[in-house]
Amino acid sequence: MAITSIKNLKEFSTNNDRFEGAHLLCPGCAHSMIVRELMNCTDDNLVISSNTGCLEVSTAVYPYTSWDTSWIHIGFENAATAVTGAEAMYKARKRKGTLKDPDAPVKFVAFGGDGSTYDIGFQWLSGAMERGHDFTYICLDNENYANTGGQRSSATPIGATTSTAQAGTHSYGKKEKKKDIVSIMAAHGSPYVAQLAPNKWKSMAKGFQKALETEGPCFINTVSACTTEWKFDPKDTIHITDLATDSLMFPIYEIIDGHELNILYRPKNIIKVEDYLGAQGRYKHLFKPENKHVIEQIQSDIDKKWDMLQRREEARI
Amino acid sequence: MSITGSTVGTDKRGVRELGGEEKVGWDEVQQGVVLNSFDGTTEGAAFLKAEERNYADFNSYTATVASWRIIKPVYNRDICIDCQNCWVWCPDTSIISRDKQMLGIDYDHCKGCGVCVEVCPTNPKSLLMFSEATDNDEALAGWPVKEKKEK
Repeated sequence: MAITSIKNLKEFSTNNDRFEGAHLLCPGCAHSMIVRELMNCTDDNLVISSNTGCLEVSTAVYPYTSWDTSWIHIGFENAATAVTGAEAMYKARKRKGTLKDPDAPVKFVAFGGDGSTYDIGFQWLSGAMERGHDFTYICLDNENYANTGGQRSSATPIGATTSTAQAGTHSYGKKEKKKDIVSIMAAHGSPYVAQLAPNKWKSMAKGFQKALETEGPCFINTVSACTTEWKFDPKDTIHITDLATDSLMFPIYEIIDGHELNILYRPKNIIKVEDYLGAQGRYKHLFKPENKHVIEQIQSDIDKKWDMLQRREEARI
Repeated sequence: MSITGSTVGTDKRGVRELGGEEKVGWDEVQQGVVLNSFDGTTEGAAFLKAEERNYADFNSYTATVASWRIIKPVYNRDICIDCQNCWVWCPDTSIISRDKQMLGIDYDHCKGCGVCVEVCPTNPKSLLMFSEATDNDEALAGWPVKEKKEK
């Protein structure tokens, strides 16, 4: 496997981009930062599949494609299925000796948004994980169905206002908590599961390389700040992601073989979650006096989760 | 003179306006389409720089989204330290870097989000946003000087 050097940014920048511009993602969208990084951290041939979502509709607008690799889209839910099918065929043809270049390294990657990963494509993803194909699934988690107008998904955190869980006089937005997809995927016994963020480019590139190198089904959940639905200025994408990781709303960690947990980033100064919530329009209503209990609940959930992660890391079980 | 907009790339870069094609009705669209990114083989693209690749007309590299922009980043070579922060975080593959050096901005694909300016660590910043109508040389002439730290 030809991994590229990620020792420092200068070395990393000598890679040739395989994700082209003039896709139609919003200005400042974190999706393309994550996709570019994945494609830059290896020189191998890539076979990529995308679920329906912002990434798919924006990078394959007929008659254009932004992908300089093999790329396929079939349906909303089945990027995992499509790419594992391609992987099974590749292995079979390798066994039969009908490949043109059997020694060329190939990696199989599936991209999905949070809607197609947490909700619609969940059983397809779970099935692909169980069958044990050699592929990497990357979830671009922007916490709502941004492609269709910002409906709530099961990745939307409590208190966020979305077009189908609106904050108003009788509601503080979504009332249910976010699904813990990383633990669910680790429970499948996957050899490598991680939660990563694009502002920490090095840990993200390392995680991607580890997932691509690891044989078996790997899952990575990445935080993808959405300027349109989180309601912040496009230039602040990295700043918002910084706040998300420093407030531990999105802790960065990996789980190896379903049990060995490593925390990959410990903020020097852990900031209060108010700073993260206050920077985004979708949490604006939480700062009214009657909704204060929601912020307190979010903060206590974060503290409990961080405590759990640290204890699990120490316990090495 | 400092480099402002980079000319690195093939003649095909950004020659077509998105949506400029003849439109067809919903019932005339073909289901299941294969688009080739390159004329010839796709293999080995990771080892070729953009200017060495043989892009097909289907590749969005040949399209432009410059009309989305109302503000644009202007690049000042004199201050840049080639840290490549802008390269790694540019969502539109619009920062052109070759051999660890930042060469400039691809104005055909830049949407003017301003992320590159926010992540630029120099003082004063070596990338700043200006109105699309501003001339690049004019912008460079009025570049701010180093801010002194308040004691």
